[in-house]
Amino acid sequence: MMDSLITLLPELNKSFIETLIMVGIGLVVALIAGLPLGILLFVTDRDLFLENKTVKSTVGVIVNLIRSVPFIILLVFLFPFTNFLLGTTTGPVAASVALSVAAIPFYARIVESSARDIDRGVIEAAIACGASPWLIIKDIIFPEIKSGLISGLTITAISLIGYSAMAGAIGGGGIGDLAIRYGYYRYDNFVMFTTVILLIVMVQVVQYIGDFAAKSVKRS
Amino acid sequence: MISIEQLSKVYASKDHEVVGVDHVSLEVNKGEIFGIVGYSGAGKSTLLRCMNILERPTSGKVSIDGIDLLSLSAKELRTARQSIGMIFQGFHLAMAKTVQENVAFALKAAKVGRQERRKRAIELLDLVGLSDKADQYPAQLSGGQKQRVSIARALANNPKVLLCDEATSALDPNTTKSILQLLKKINRELGLTIVLITHEMEVVKEICDRCAVMEEGRIVEEGHTYDIFASPQSDLTKRFIQTVIDFNIPDQLLQEANGTVVHMKFTGGSAGESIVSDLLQNFKIRGNILHGKIDYIQDKPLGTFVMELTGEVQEIEKAIESLRTTVEEVEVLQHDGFADHPIARAE
Repeated sequence: MMDSLITLLPELNKSFIETLIMVGIGLVVALIAGLPLGILLFVTDRDLFLENKTVKSTVGVIVNLIRSVPFIILLVFLFPFTNFLLGTTTGPVAASVALSVAAIPFYARIVESSARDIDRGVIEAAIACGASPWLIIKDIIFPEIKSGLISGLTITAISLIGYSAMAGAIGGGGIGDLAIRYGYYRYDNFVMFTTVILLIVMVQVVQYIGDFAAKSVKRS
Repeated sequence: MISIEQLSKVYASKDHEVVGVDHVSLEVNKGEIFGIVGYSGAGKSTLLRCMNILERPTSGKVSIDGIDLLSLSAKELRTARQSIGMIFQGFHLAMAKTVQENVAFALKAAKVGRQERRKRAIELLDLVGLSDKADQYPAQLSGGQKQRVSIARALANNPKVLLCDEATSALDPNTTKSILQLLKKINRELGLTIVLITHEMEVVKEICDRCAVMEEGRIVEEGHTYDIFASPQSDLTKRFIQTVIDFNIPDQLLQEANGTVVHMKFTGGSAGESIVSDLLQNFKIRGNILHGKIDYIQDKPLGTFVMELTGEVQEIEKAIESLRTTVEEVEVLQHDGFADHPIARAE
């Protein structure tokens, strides 16, 4: 058993790094694009300071559209776009295009819902102070939901780990790919179990770090 | 200072309209504390929120210190709001900010520099008596302390006006008193004009120079607090005043009284005079005080006495005649054990 582990190790290592690349890129994009989008969804809502029905419903519909496509189909659907962007549709970086597209609306909705938990009165008090919309977002909304943003990012990361396995199945590489190639096609249960254990450990570690970070920024 | 003309706010939903404020005109003078009283749903909160355009009136005019707020652009309105402080029933402090950061936020909104913000925030916390709590978070404070922080925040940019939206309704009686004292203090020391809305007549009695009573979006009565208390006109106002000054005496007491029962109200200067003892000396009657109370409103006494007079009918008649010349309001509740104004009693 030790022997098979040692022979597997280089492959396992490569897959692990590929998964990290896919999830990492997805998370960064979710943060860069999903966070502002989530805030936009929130502040353009009814009775809020940037209320705008057109923007709210347009963004809402796009977000829902992307979220309603099963990820494996989204992957295939985005092949032409990925090809146009990177000149290839295989490898972890190519897979991260679809992961990012899925992660943006996912995280945006989480951001929106944590922002909804803010006491509207606090925002109102800020408006009464004569604060600009940007100052309210930056100085009131953002700090108030910081903890929720981190928990949301944790949820997104864990979902992306799951999605990355699907991306692996169609040429993205990563741990999922390894499990399918060895475990599914070759009936190698050892590889299968190893990858599953690795995924479990990964998810646990992400959850633990996320919980810790969310707790440490939380006041009151 | 605040001038409201024919202000209306109508909420339109799909099939019907709800009138929040109905053609209200109001003038609040510079440096006064003005109270707006009413039950929930009377439109007082909406009216207050129209004063800094947290709600945009459907029609009418709002101007503060000569500036027509409805004619301003979004940016100009933000600047105008910096000179209109506001505090709320629920305090509305940012939970993720320290006390000092909460106060400094208002200064940040007015683009005050970092160093100046710190200095001013500490000054303000000193003013509201919380300088030792500067680095704590709102969750660590009591309700009264939170309201003090929000007062400090509201005062940050030296506003001309302070709007108080049920600012003491969530506080216990003692804390309410201390917050009202603080409001009075800043009104005097800073010359701040204060508008407050409340459903507690006690608050009006405590600090308001003038007040208005609202019902169904309209102002039903308006005047100096003392006058409102001394001679309320509308039934609603009377009901509100009864919550603070109860003129009624128990029915049983009236039934047991054999003589003529007189209800007297002393206002202003006459309350301190020895009218009752003069009365008993000048006429051959006996007097028995059933109920007596002197309230001080804006440091002016307002007294109510209910007396049972016994003796010769003619002497009593004469005594009552003489009372009518010295006392603001005399009402005979019953003659010789018979109710005279059953309606007055029922009130």
